[in-house]
Amino acid sequence: MSERLAFQNVSMAFDTERGRLEVVRDLSFEIRQGEFVSLVGPSGCGKTTLLNMAAGFVQPSSGQVLLDGRPIQRPGPDRGVMFQEYGVFPWLTVRQNVEFGLKLKANAMGGAERREIVMRYLRLMGLADFADAYPKTLSGGMRQRLALARAYAVRPDFLFMDEPFGALDAQTRSAMQDLLLGVLQSEGKTVMLITHSVEEAIYLSNRVIVISARPSRIKRVIDVPFPFPRHQSLHDQPDFARLRSEVHALVMEEYEAQQRQNAGSPSPG
Amino acid sequence: MAVNVAATAAPWVFLLALWYAVKFSGLVESQLLPSPGAVAAQFWLSMTTERLWMDMLLSTQRVFLGLLLGMLVAVPVGFLVGWYKPIHGFVDPLINFFRALPPIALIPLVIIYLGIGEVARVSILFYASFFAAVIVMYEGMGQISPIYIRVARTLGATDLEIFWKVMLPMTVPHMLTAMRVALGVSWATLVASELVAAQSGLGAKIQNAASFFNLEAVYMGIICIGVIALTMDKLLRALSKRLLVWQDRVGT
Repeated sequence: MSERLAFQNVSMAFDTERGRLEVVRDLSFEIRQGEFVSLVGPSGCGKTTLLNMAAGFVQPSSGQVLLDGRPIQRPGPDRGVMFQEYGVFPWLTVRQNVEFGLKLKANAMGGAERREIVMRYLRLMGLADFADAYPKTLSGGMRQRLALARAYAVRPDFLFMDEPFGALDAQTRSAMQDLLLGVLQSEGKTVMLITHSVEEAIYLSNRVIVISARPSRIKRVIDVPFPFPRHQSLHDQPDFARLRSEVHALVMEEYEAQQRQNAGSPSPG
Repeated sequence: MAVNVAATAAPWVFLLALWYAVKFSGLVESQLLPSPGAVAAQFWLSMTTERLWMDMLLSTQRVFLGLLLGMLVAVPVGFLVGWYKPIHGFVDPLINFFRALPPIALIPLVIIYLGIGEVARVSILFYASFFAAVIVMYEGMGQISPIYIRVARTLGATDLEIFWKVMLPMTVPHMLTAMRVALGVSWATLVASELVAAQSGLGAKIQNAASFFNLEAVYMGIICIGVIALTMDKLLRALSKRLLVWQDRVGT
């Protein structure tokens, strides 16, 4: 497994009305080809900032984020992003949403090929029957499936997900996790996931990185030993429970540190 | 179906009944209030002998021309002001000032500068519709969630593609709202300007009728104005419904 994405001594600070706010401090880690890495940590610790750097929305104040050895300058179709708010285009039908990326100059292709890809992902995500519906008629889980189909359609190497299942109810969330694992089995991606759920992080990942309270540093990197394919029954295994309480304890330590900090400093929003 | 027709007709039947009731109750001196029948007769007479339809057409045309010009300028300006924060800070107070100023207040000034011809009227309608529309446009743009632009970028969209494929569709609802607001303001302004200074159009028709104390014709003119305004608004609403099927709620 070769290294694809590398955070090298990355720091990030913002100027706020109450002075300079350091969000990330001298943080380094790599993600290897085909790996699924989750970042967990207290709210407001700068996890989203890390994802925004990898996606190309922001540049670090110092240090660099490298993709195959080159610094990331801007967003691109090689890196799909999924947000908690879905970001499904409401004025387009389900089919047109999936098609959107394929019709851009960056991913130009023939009509036949495009239709084939669209149908393929609509079927894969169980949306084929809703191809001509507008997103307003879809449930939260379906919208997130649509966002996933749209991200997959442009064939990115990477998938960056920021709390993608955070707004879903527990059952839909489990179903989405399994759908994601299934899709990743058939079409592997290199994934970075940001989540509040330790359980979700362990269930989906090869590695879980616990991020500290602000400014973000790496508190611990945990290798998840369970083999793929995984099933929900994994949650019932003693090893899973042990790992979960271990990671949970680490996150809670940082959560409390963050709470103490929040009492006396500006929020990063 | 029959229930629908009845429900649609009910308020108008009520209005007519009320009109007749006031007319025949004796509360208002008979000469001061024509009956609906007399107004209808006047309408027929005006249509057949006085070319009323020409006045209706002229007024409607003026509104459309003013609205078209106003929207043509308001949409790009709205984009600029909505998109570039520094421009917004500079322009917003000015636009608010001119928008708060009733266009009717400018009619005397326009008459001095531009006379009482078509140019003067279309200018004031342009003014009315531009300021009504531009503010709706850029305030609407301010509410657009940046997440769609981010998503489009991660899919590989260029700035130009983001403009055409994301920004533009997202502003269609605001354009339609802007148009409805502008239409209302222009129509009101047009009639006022025709009342003050014009030889043709519905406003002039009413003014003429009033000076000859022809109340049937005054009422007829007022009703024509109302009916045309309502029809235009209905058409715009129908257009909105078609263009905005994707929205959760279509504007009411």
